[in-house]
Amino acid sequence: MLFLKRIRRGGLGRRGGASGEGSLLRSDGAEGLWATSGGLGLQGITKRFGELEVLRGVSLEVHRGEFFTLLGPSGCGKTTLLRIVGGFEVPDAGRVVLGGRDLTHLPAHRRPVNTVFQNYALFPHLTVYENVAFGLRSRGFPEAEVRARVEYALGLLHLEGLLHRYPQQLSGGQKQRVALARALVNEPEVLLLDEPMSALDAKLRAEVQVELRNLQRRLGATFILVTHDQEEAMAVSDRIGVMEGGRILQVGTPEEVYERPRTRFVAEFLGVANLIPARRGKGGVETPWGTFALEVPWERGFLAMRPERVEVHLHAVPGSVPARVRQVIYRGAYLEAFLEPSLRVRTALRLSPDQEIFVRLPVKGLVVLHE
Amino acid sequence: MNRLLVWYGELTTAPSLFLRGLLLVLPGMVWLLAFLVLPGLVLLPLSFAERGAFGEVVWTFSWENYRRLLGFGVLGYSPDNLLALLRTLWVALVTTLICLLLAYPIAFFIRSKPRAQRYLWLSLVLIPFWTNIVIRTYAWQLLLAPEMPFARLASALGLLEPGMALFPSTLAVYVGMVSAFLPFMVLPLYSSVERLDESLLEAVRDLYGGPWRVFLHGVLPQTLPGLTVGVILTFVPAMGMFVVPDLLGGAKHLLVGNLIQQAFYTMRDWPYGAALSLVLVLLTLLALRLYRRHGKEVELA
Repeated sequence: MLFLKRIRRGGLGRRGGASGEGSLLRSDGAEGLWATSGGLGLQGITKRFGELEVLRGVSLEVHRGEFFTLLGPSGCGKTTLLRIVGGFEVPDAGRVVLGGRDLTHLPAHRRPVNTVFQNYALFPHLTVYENVAFGLRSRGFPEAEVRARVEYALGLLHLEGLLHRYPQQLSGGQKQRVALARALVNEPEVLLLDEPMSALDAKLRAEVQVELRNLQRRLGATFILVTHDQEEAMAVSDRIGVMEGGRILQVGTPEEVYERPRTRFVAEFLGVANLIPARRGKGGVETPWGTFALEVPWERGFLAMRPERVEVHLHAVPGSVPARVRQVIYRGAYLEAFLEPSLRVRTALRLSPDQEIFVRLPVKGLVVLHE
Repeated sequence: MNRLLVWYGELTTAPSLFLRGLLLVLPGMVWLLAFLVLPGLVLLPLSFAERGAFGEVVWTFSWENYRRLLGFGVLGYSPDNLLALLRTLWVALVTTLICLLLAYPIAFFIRSKPRAQRYLWLSLVLIPFWTNIVIRTYAWQLLLAPEMPFARLASALGLLEPGMALFPSTLAVYVGMVSAFLPFMVLPLYSSVERLDESLLEAVRDLYGGPWRVFLHGVLPQTLPGLTVGVILTFVPAMGMFVVPDLLGGAKHLLVGNLIQQAFYTMRDWPYGAALSLVLVLLTLLALRLYRRHGKEVELA
């Protein structure tokens, strides 16, 4: 009965966010059915497929109510990690802990976790309504409550008019929303999204990203998204975990991983980065663009700087270095220029090829790469 | 002026396309007409004719064959024929069901094998099928004979008196029937199972569905095309089977197939055999019709 009341009050976990609990699964309204702290912990997850080591000891903490994104190129192990959380793969070593409870060997159908699959995996023989009702019916909810919840979820995702359609009668964006409703209606402790936007066109994708972000905020639910699209990751996430070769290289807010990448891979995978060869010298770090007062853990290595952080001047200023414009690309809002010696910059100045200019690398924008 | 249309990159018109299609199906249609439809149509008048004194056909019109079929014989009423009809339906249904229950695990087993090995396993299903059904049924007689391992096992378990054979028996009939028709069920089902989209099964499990719901909403809708073909390929010939019940079943297990065979060969009463055949055809069509209707419901359910 309590569920219904909460639905009428307007919310699949409307009270989420602030109080840190937002699940209708919590029948008593305060203490969770599963546990209280609610965070998802992955501890030393290892997985091999035959000879191939897909995950090499991944440890990760996802907070409750957080939008966490696993970002990495294809084959980095991010989907396998998600499938381990969903219960579709069993790790060779390591544990999956949700709210203090060990889920590692719990089968998928008994986990308080739901998935939005990459191809949506809607049941073609069931209508939109029946698809969304599926999880509730599996768990034997009374039909009146199934109806109330499904209608609420369909309303949340603006699907009211499509109740009796079959999946093959829906557009890509509609299918995606049905898949989302079908997972969310179960009030999962954690919602897993496996590249849910890869089948949408660019414009729709941008809209869905905003919608997804708003939905997650409103429900206060924990979302884990897998994607290879760094812009998508930055647009929706509270935190991003950048993966490569079966490891998590860096975890941080979008700003942290973009502005302060720890490794060369992270710097290059998230947007464009200038890699500046550097050497430890007497007065600091020596580079072709000057000497900087920075602490570096190596003798020879790389510094990184985002193109938009490079200052471009038409005349010499203190600390600037002369450079020549090799090529210019008009990007609309700005110009992107390739300089000699090798450097990419973004500027509002009207540059033309072969022009002599001056650049200055502000030390604040320089990032020391550890690998 | 006919409207032009593009068909597989070729510019053509609807009538010429129709003509070409007609030419392509014509040989098959002629074949079916000559060897299936026409002989079938001959059965209809034949079933109203009578047997002459020497087994010849006397062309009259009488309902006598159908009355006999329903059990009104010269010696008074007997339900034997109707029982045989019901038994035929029952045996064919049970055979189809057993084949189906065996075929799913087999199909999934083959699918679980590496691609290169799958044809080997499929051919293992097919190899017995290369031997004539009569020979295979005799082989079962031999296997179920007294003092053979199966009979010894059964008598050791106290299910059979020592020195007895396991046939003729109901069990032997089903063993023979299932082994005869299993490949017809496995092959079409496997073709569906091989292409199964596993993400739908995972979706069921993700949505708290146990094994039964995984089958009902994940496996069944996706394998329904193969299943339908398998059911038809098993059920229809099972309805007309007479070799297996003849060799493994004995008098208690007479099916319509046996009655038809007796009418044509033993009694030399072609009109009566024709009536039996027609009833069998109608019964089979009726059963398939019911299955199709129910199948559609499953598809949409």
